[in-house]
Amino acid sequence: MALTEIEPAKPRRKRRGGGAGYWLYLLPGAVLFILVIGAPLAGTLYLSLTKWSGVGDPTFIGFDNYTRLFQDEVFWTSFKNTLAMIVAMVVVPTLLGLLLAAVLFDVIARRFKPRTAAALRAAFYLPQVLPVVVAGIVWGWILRPDGAFNSLLDSIGLGALRHDWLGDPHTALPSVMAVMIWVQIGYPIVVFMAALQRVDPELYEAAEVDGANWWHRFRSITLAQIRPETFVVALTCTIAALKVFGPVFALTRGGPENATNVPSYFAYFTFFKKLQVGYGSAISTVLTLIIVVVAAVFIWLQYRSERQDREV
Amino acid sequence: MATTLAPAPAPAPAPASTRRRKTRDRHHRGMSRWLVLTLITLAALVMLVPFVFMLLNAFKSPADYSNGGPLSWPSEFYTKGLSTYWTTVNFPLKFWNSFLIAGSVAVLGVAVSVLNAYALGIGRVRGRLWIVGLFLLANMLPQEALIYPLYYISKQIGLYNTQLSVIIIFTVIQSAFGTYLLSSVLGTFPRSVLEAAALDGAGKWTVLRRVVFPNLRPTLIVLLIFFFIWTWNEFLIPLVMLIDNSTQTIPVALASLQGDRLMDAPTTNAGALISLVPAILFFIIFQRTFSRGITAGAEK
Repeated sequence: MALTEIEPAKPRRKRRGGGAGYWLYLLPGAVLFILVIGAPLAGTLYLSLTKWSGVGDPTFIGFDNYTRLFQDEVFWTSFKNTLAMIVAMVVVPTLLGLLLAAVLFDVIARRFKPRTAAALRAAFYLPQVLPVVVAGIVWGWILRPDGAFNSLLDSIGLGALRHDWLGDPHTALPSVMAVMIWVQIGYPIVVFMAALQRVDPELYEAAEVDGANWWHRFRSITLAQIRPETFVVALTCTIAALKVFGPVFALTRGGPENATNVPSYFAYFTFFKKLQVGYGSAISTVLTLIIVVVAAVFIWLQYRSERQDREV
Repeated sequence: MATTLAPAPAPAPAPASTRRRKTRDRHHRGMSRWLVLTLITLAALVMLVPFVFMLLNAFKSPADYSNGGPLSWPSEFYTKGLSTYWTTVNFPLKFWNSFLIAGSVAVLGVAVSVLNAYALGIGRVRGRLWIVGLFLLANMLPQEALIYPLYYISKQIGLYNTQLSVIIIFTVIQSAFGTYLLSSVLGTFPRSVLEAAALDGAGKWTVLRRVVFPNLRPTLIVLLIFFFIWTWNEFLIPLVMLIDNSTQTIPVALASLQGDRLMDAPTTNAGALISLVPAILFFIIFQRTFSRGITAGAEK
C-alpha cells in the first residue's frame, strides 16, 4: 500500500517487440476512464464558468462564480469547518492512534497475552466496519435532546449539562468532530500495529538494556521506524477529511446555521437543492484543486524524507 | 479510501524478556502495566458504548422507550421494530441492490485493474508513470467534481436510477486504485519468468492468464474484498443516482427514512442494527483472508 512503490524507471531498450501490443490491454480501462472521470471532470470545469439551472442551455459567465464564491460567507465557513474535520479525522486519530498502537503492541501484547491486544484492537476497529451513514444515524439519535447521551448525563447527576448537542450552533461542530474521532481512530491503530511488526524487536531490547525508558524508545524507535505508514495514514485521512460527506449528511445536513457545513455538502446542496449547477461546479473545482495540491505536497514530502533516509 | 483497512494478523508474541531484567524493576512494571491495561480497556469500552445503546434500544417497544428512556433495560423482548423496519424499507430488496452493486463492482473493478496493470507494470508502455499518476489522481478526486455531469449524462442516455449506472461509475473509481496498487506489484514481477514463458511461445494473453494471474491471486482477493466493502459503504453517488425505492442501497434507504422523521427511536436503532449486520458478518468471514493477503503482500 505504500505510496512510493511505483516501479523504478529502468530503461530496458534491448527487449524486442516491446510495449506496442500491451496498449490493447489498456484500452477498456482507458475508455471507461475517459467516460467516467475525464469527460465529467472537464464538464464540471466548464460548467463552473457558466450559469445553469440544469435545464436549457448553460450561459457562459467567465469567472463570476469564483468571484461570488470568494465573497460567500458559507464558502469560508465550510472551509473553516474542513480544518476542524482535519483535526478530528487526521491530527487526533493519528496522534492517539500512534500512542494506542504503541501501548497495545509494546505493553499489552508483550506483558499480557497477544490475544488481549488483538481483542482491544478489534474494539477500536469496530466503528470502521459499519457503513458511515449508519454510524451517523446512531450518533444522531444518541446526541438528540431525548437521546442516550443526555440520559447518561442525567443518570450520573450531570443533568444540568443536558443539551441539544447537534441542534445548537455552538456544540454542533464539536459533537460532529467527536463522532469523527470515534469513527476514524481504528484505522491508524490497525495500520500502525501492522507496521510495528516489521520493527526488529532487538532494537527495543537493545534500547532497554541501554536504560532507555518507554518514552525514549517510543520516540526514537517506534516513531522513526513507522514513518512510511504515518505518511500513508496522514495522506489518506486528510483526503478523506477534505471530502467528508456521508457523516455530515446523516448527522446534521450541514446545520444548524451552517455550523457543520463542509465543501462536499455545500456543493451537493448547491447542485441538487438550489439547482445552481454553475456555482456548485465552482465549489467542486476549488475543492478538487485543494485536494490535488495537498496530495502533491504530501507525496513530495514523503519522497524527500525517503531520499534523506537513503542518504544517511 | 480511509474507511476500511484489513486488520493485520495478531502480533507475534514478543520474545520473553530475560529473567535478569524482570527482577530488576518488576515492582515498577508490575504496577504500571496493570494501570495501562485498565486505562486502555476503559477506552475500548467507551468505543463500544454506542453499539450497546443500539442493541439495548433495538428491542424496545415505542411505549417502553418513552417510559423508560434510552438507558433502561427493555421490559420485553420486542421485535416489532425490527420487522417494521424490515418491511417498510423492504430490506431484502435493499440488501440485494447493495449486494448486486458491490459484487459487480468488485469483480469488474478487479478485472479492469488487472488489464491496466498488465499493460503498465509488465508491458511498461510509454508514459506509464504519468498514466499511473492519473489513475491515482482519479481515486483522490472529490466525487462532487464528477457528479453533476454523470447525473446529467445518465439521465440523457436512460441509465439514471439504474444499478448499472452506479456499477459502471464505481468500477472505474475502484479500478483507479487497483491499477495504481497492481502496477507497482507487477513492476517487480520477475522478468526471467516472463521471458521463459515467451520462449515457450506463449502470447501476451496466455502469459497474463497462465503466469501473471495465478501469481497475483492472493492480492486480487484482498482487492476484491476492499472494492466490495468500499462500494457497499458508498453514499453520495448512490444517493444522487438511485432515487427509487426499488434501486436504493442499504445506506441510502436508511438515510432517506431518517429524513422522513417517521421512524421512532427503537425502529431507528433496529434499522441501524440490521444494516450493520452484513458488514460485520462480511468482516468476520473474511478476516483470515485479509490477514493472509496482507502477509502475502508483505513478502513481495
